[in-house]
Amino acid sequence: MERLSDWAFIVGHLNYWMFIILMMTGLYIVVARGNLVKKIVGLNIFQTSVFMLYISIGKVTGGTAPIYPVDMQGNLQVDPSIVYSNPLPHVLILTAIVVGIATTSLALALIIRIREVYETIEEDDILKIERELSAKDYKEHGPAMGGRA
Amino acid sequence: MSTVEVQHVAKTFIDHLPVLQVVIPLISAPLIVFIGNRKLAWLLAMAASATAFVMACLLLAQVKDGSYISYHIGGWAPPLGIEYRIDALNALVLMLISGIGTIVLPYAYNSVNAEIPKRHHTLFYALYMLCLTGLLGMVSTGDAFNVFVFLEISSLSTYVLVAMGAGKDTRALTAAYDYLIMGTIGATFFVIGLGLLYMATGTLNMADIADRIAEQGTNRTVQAAFAFIVVGMGLKAAMYPLHHWLPNAYTYAPSAVTAFLAATATKAAIYVLLRFMFSVFNPGFHFEDWTLYLIFIPFSLLAMFAASFVAVFQSDLKRMLAFSSIAQIGYMLIGIAMLNATGLSASIVHMVNHGITKATLFLGVGAMVMYSKTSFFDNLNGLGRKMPFTGAAMVAAGLSLIGIPGTAGFISKWVLVQAAFENGWWFIAVAIMLSSLLAVVYVWRMFEVLYLTAPDEGCTATDPPLPMLIPMLILAGACIWFGFDTELTLGSARVAAEGLLAGSAGMAH
Amino acid sequence: MDTSTALYLTMLIPTVAMAGNMVFAARENLRDGITFICAVLTFACVLVILCNVGNGTTGTFALFEVVSGLSIAFHVEPLGLMFAMIASGLWIITHIYGVGYMRGNNEQHHARFFACFSIAIAAVMGIAFASNMFTLFVFYEILTLSTYPLVAHKGTPEAVKGARTYLGILIGTSIVLLLTGVIWTFNVAGTLDFTKGGILEGKIAPTLLPILLGLYAFGIGKAALMPFHRWLPAAMVAPTPVSALLHAVAVVKAGVFTMLKVGIYIFGIDFLASTGASEWLMWLAAYTIIAASVVAMTKDNLKARLAYSTVSQLSYITLGMALATSMGALGGGMHIAMHAMGKITLFMCAGSIYVAYHKTEISQMQGLGRIMPITFGAFFIGALSIIGLPPLGGSWPKFLLMLGAADAGHLIIIVVLMASSLLNIAYLLPIVGRGFFRPVTDNKLPKTYAEAPLLVWLPPAITAAGCIILFFYAGSIQNFLAPIVENTP
Repeated sequence: MERLSDWAFIVGHLNYWMFIILMMTGLYIVVARGNLVKKIVGLNIFQTSVFMLYISIGKVTGGTAPIYPVDMQGNLQVDPSIVYSNPLPHVLILTAIVVGIATTSLALALIIRIREVYETIEEDDILKIERELSAKDYKEHGPAMGGRA
Repeated sequence: MSTVEVQHVAKTFIDHLPVLQVVIPLISAPLIVFIGNRKLAWLLAMAASATAFVMACLLLAQVKDGSYISYHIGGWAPPLGIEYRIDALNALVLMLISGIGTIVLPYAYNSVNAEIPKRHHTLFYALYMLCLTGLLGMVSTGDAFNVFVFLEISSLSTYVLVAMGAGKDTRALTAAYDYLIMGTIGATFFVIGLGLLYMATGTLNMADIADRIAEQGTNRTVQAAFAFIVVGMGLKAAMYPLHHWLPNAYTYAPSAVTAFLAATATKAAIYVLLRFMFSVFNPGFHFEDWTLYLIFIPFSLLAMFAASFVAVFQSDLKRMLAFSSIAQIGYMLIGIAMLNATGLSASIVHMVNHGITKATLFLGVGAMVMYSKTSFFDNLNGLGRKMPFTGAAMVAAGLSLIGIPGTAGFISKWVLVQAAFENGWWFIAVAIMLSSLLAVVYVWRMFEVLYLTAPDEGCTATDPPLPMLIPMLILAGACIWFGFDTELTLGSARVAAEGLLAGSAGMAH
Repeated sequence: MDTSTALYLTMLIPTVAMAGNMVFAARENLRDGITFICAVLTFACVLVILCNVGNGTTGTFALFEVVSGLSIAFHVEPLGLMFAMIASGLWIITHIYGVGYMRGNNEQHHARFFACFSIAIAAVMGIAFASNMFTLFVFYEILTLSTYPLVAHKGTPEAVKGARTYLGILIGTSIVLLLTGVIWTFNVAGTLDFTKGGILEGKIAPTLLPILLGLYAFGIGKAALMPFHRWLPAAMVAPTPVSALLHAVAVVKAGVFTMLKVGIYIFGIDFLASTGASEWLMWLAAYTIIAASVVAMTKDNLKARLAYSTVSQLSYITLGMALATSMGALGGGMHIAMHAMGKITLFMCAGSIYVAYHKTEISQMQGLGRIMPITFGAFFIGALSIIGLPPLGGSWPKFLLMLGAADAGHLIIIVVLMASSLLNIAYLLPIVGRGFFRPVTDNKLPKTYAEAPLLVWLPPAITAAGCIILFFYAGSIQNFLAPIVENTP
C-alpha cells in the first residue's frame, strides 16, 4: 500500500519531473559546453522547461480548451457543466516564448559579432585570447600601479 | 497608515501618470528609429525621459505621506486587470531611474559621438529609451508577471547597449554575451518562482498574492517560489556570489551606458527583491527570517570585504568602480537583512545615494576617457589637475562613496550603522566601518592618480564641453546636497520602510 | 553685530578667503592681502562674540536639521570660544609667516596652499562652536580632508607617503572608532547635544562605559594618543607654516579640544569620576607623555623632535580630561592655549632656520644661534614655556594638572608630570645650547648676524612674547574657563 502511494505520487507529478529533468539538462549544457551556440541551445532547453511547467499547471482534469461554444447567430452557449482548462498560464507563456525568441536571436547576433572579431566561437579559445589581452594590459598598465595599492 | 481611495476609472491627466511615465519612453523608442536623424532622436529621447522624470516627481509628491496610488490599466479592476501601484518606495526609485536617465542623456550626446559608430546612434537612443521603459515598468507595476516582462525589456536592451562598447574594446561583446546568459538564467529563475506562486495562490496581482499567502499560511510551494525569486533577482542585482557578469559589463560598456546602468539597473532589481520579500511574502514569514540571517548577512559581508579588496588592486579605474558597486550592493542587502525600519530605510536611501554617487564617478571617468582613450590608471595621471571641474566632481563623488560627513554616502552609512546598533549587532556595525576603510584606500588611490602624479608631457586634456560637464556637476552637487538635506531621500525612505514592514497590509486594498 | 551673525561669519570669512585665493590665483599680492584681511576680520568676529557673550554659554543656533534629531547647530561656550580665539589669532600671525616662508623658500602652488589653509581654519571654527557631536564630527572630517593637500603639498614621494599615513590614520580612526562611538551614543542617549554634566548618565551600563570611552579616545586620532600618533611625525613633511599652525594649533588642538568636549559634555566629569571609566585612559595618557618624550630625544630632525614633543604635550590635555576632576579639566583646557603659543613659536623658529640656511637636522645647527639670535631667542622662550618654567605661560596648566592629580589621589601622575618636565629640558634645551655655545662648523654659514627675512623671524618673536604675557593672564583664563566645570567637585 505504502509503495503504491509512492508510485502514485511520482507518476502524478510527472510534469514536474519532466520540468526538472529538462531544466537541469539545459543548465548543464549552459555550464558545460564551450561552444557559444550550444550554450544558447542549452539556454533554450532551460527556458522551454519553464514553458512546460506553466502550460502543465494550466491543465484542469477533464477540462477542455477554454473556448465558449457559439451558435450560428454568434450568441454564447454557456454550459456550466463543461470544465475548461485555465487559459491564463498559456497566455503568460506566450509572452515568455516571445521573450525567449528575442533572447535567442540577440544571442545569435552577438555570436556572429564575436565570430567576426575573435574568429572562433569556442569559449576556451576566446578566453585564451582575452587572457592574452588582459596580460598585455597588465604588462602595459599594471606595474605602474604596483607601488600604489 | 493613511490610504487615499483612488477612483477605479482615471479621470484626469494626473490620474494617468503611473502608466504615462512608462508609456511615453516606450512610444518614443520606435519613433526614434523611424526618425533616423540622430539629433532629432536625441531630442526626442531627452524630451521623453525628462517628461518621465517630471511625472515621477509628481507621483512622489502625491505618495510621500505614506498613501498609495492604484492605477488600473484599461479600467480593468485588479486582481483580474493589471494594476500599477505607486507608493513611496517605488516613487522614489522611479525618480532615481528617470532622473539619472534624463541627466545622462545630454552627456551621452557627445560621449556617444566619440565612442559609437555613427550609423548606430539612433539605435542607441532607441535602446536607451527601451531600457528606461523596462526599468520604470518593473518598478511601477503591481502585477508580478508584468515585472518579468519589463525586466526582459530592460535586460535585452541592456545587453545590446553593453555590446555597443565593442568599438572601443572587443571584450564588450563577450561581456554582453556573459551578461545575456546570466541575465536570462536569472530572469528564468524569477519566472519559475512566479509560476510556483501562481500555483499556490492562483493569482498574479502582488497585493492579491500577499493576501492569499497571509490567509493560507506558507507551504513548500511558496517557499520554493521565494527561493527562486530571491536567486533570480539576486542575479540581476549582482548579489555577491552572483555578481560575475557585472565587472566586465561595466568596464567595457560605453561610458554613458555604464553611468546609467550603474545607477539604475541593479537598484531596480533590489527594489523588486524588497517588494517581493516584504510586500508579497510577509515579513513575518518565518522562512524568510531564516534566509535573511543565514544567506544575506554572510554574503553581504563577503561582498563588502572581498569586492572592496579586489577593487583596491585593479589597474583600471572603471573596473575598480565596478567592484566597488558590488561591495556597495552588500551594504544595501545587509540593511535589508536587519529587518527593522531603520535598516530598510538605510538600504533604500543607499540605493538613491549610491546611484547618484556612482553615476557621477562613471561620468567623470567617461569624460577622462574621451581624452585618454583608456581608463587605466597610468593613462589618467594628473588629469584631475588638467580637468579641474571634472576632477572636482569626482572628488565630491569619491568622498560620498567613502561616506565622509557632508556627503550623501555618509547619511546612508550613518543610518545603516544606527540600524545595526538597534539590533545590537556590534559585529556588523564594526564590519561596516572597517569595510569603508577599504573604500578609503581605493578612492584615495584614484585621488592620488588624478592629483598627485604629474600629467604626461604635452598633455592637452581640458574639461569636456558643457553638455557633458553640467550633468556631472549637477550630480556631484546632489552628492553633497543630499548629505545635508535628507528630507527628500531619507524622508521618503523612512515612509517606504514603514510601508514595507507593514507587510501585506501595506499592499492591501 | 549680534552673536549669531558673528558666529556664522567666523566660518564664512575663511571660506571667502578660500574663494579669493582660487579666483586671484595668479596675483599674489592681492591674494595674500585678501587672506590677511580675512584673517583679521575672523579674529575680530571672535572678539565680537567674546564681548557679547563673555564666558557665558549661549543658546543653540541651529542651521538646519540633517536627519531628525541631528542638526548642524552651533553655540558659544568658554572652551570653544578660547579655542576659536587662539586659532583665529594665530592665523593672522601664521599667515604673515606663511607668506614670508612660501616666498622665501620658493614653494609652488601658493594659491592652492592658502586656499586649503583657509578652509582648514573655517573647519576649526566649526569645531570650536559646534553645539553637538554630529556637527563637530562633520567639521572634524572637513579639517582632515582640507589639510591633506597641505601635507602632500610638495608632491614628492615622501610627501605623498607621509600624507597617506596622515590621512589613513586620521580617517581610519575617525570612521571606524569615532563614528561608531558617536552612533552608539546617539542610539543610547537619543541626542548628541553637548550638555553640561553629560548625556550618558544612567543610559548605559557602567561596564560598557570604558569601551565607549575607548572608541572616543582612540577615534579622535587628532589627539595623537599612542598607538595612533604616527600621523603627526608623518605630517612633518608639510611646509613649516602648516606644521606650525595646523600641527601645533589647529589640527592637534581640534583633537584634544574634542576630547575635552566629549569628556565634559558627553560623558560628564562627575559621571566619569563616579564610574572610574577613564582611569585606564589616564594611565595610557601618562604612558604617552613619557614614551613620546623619550622618542623625541632620539630624533635629530628638528621638526620630528618637535612632533614627538607635541604628541607628549597633547596627552597632558587628555590626561586632564581622564583625571575626571575639575582642576584637571581646567588644566587641560588652559594647556590648549599655553601649548599652542609655545609650540607655534618652536615650529616657526624651525621654519625660520630652514628658510635662512636650509638646516633641518639639529646636529647641523652648531653656532647658528649667534647668527640668528632672534630666532634662537624666541626658540629658547618657547622651549621654556613648553617645559613649564615660570615666568612663562606653560607653567600654569602643569600646576593645575598636578592639583587635579592630587585631587584624584593619583600621586604617581604628579611624578609623571615632573619627569616629563625633566625630559622636556633634556630634549629642548640642548638645541638652544648648541645654537649659542658651540662654534660654527659649517663654513658656508656667514660669520656675523644674518637673520631670516623679516616676515619669517617677526612672527615667532611675537608669539614668544605672547608666552610671557600669558603667564600673567593665566588667572583670567582660569576664571574664563571656570564655568565649564562649575558644580563639579
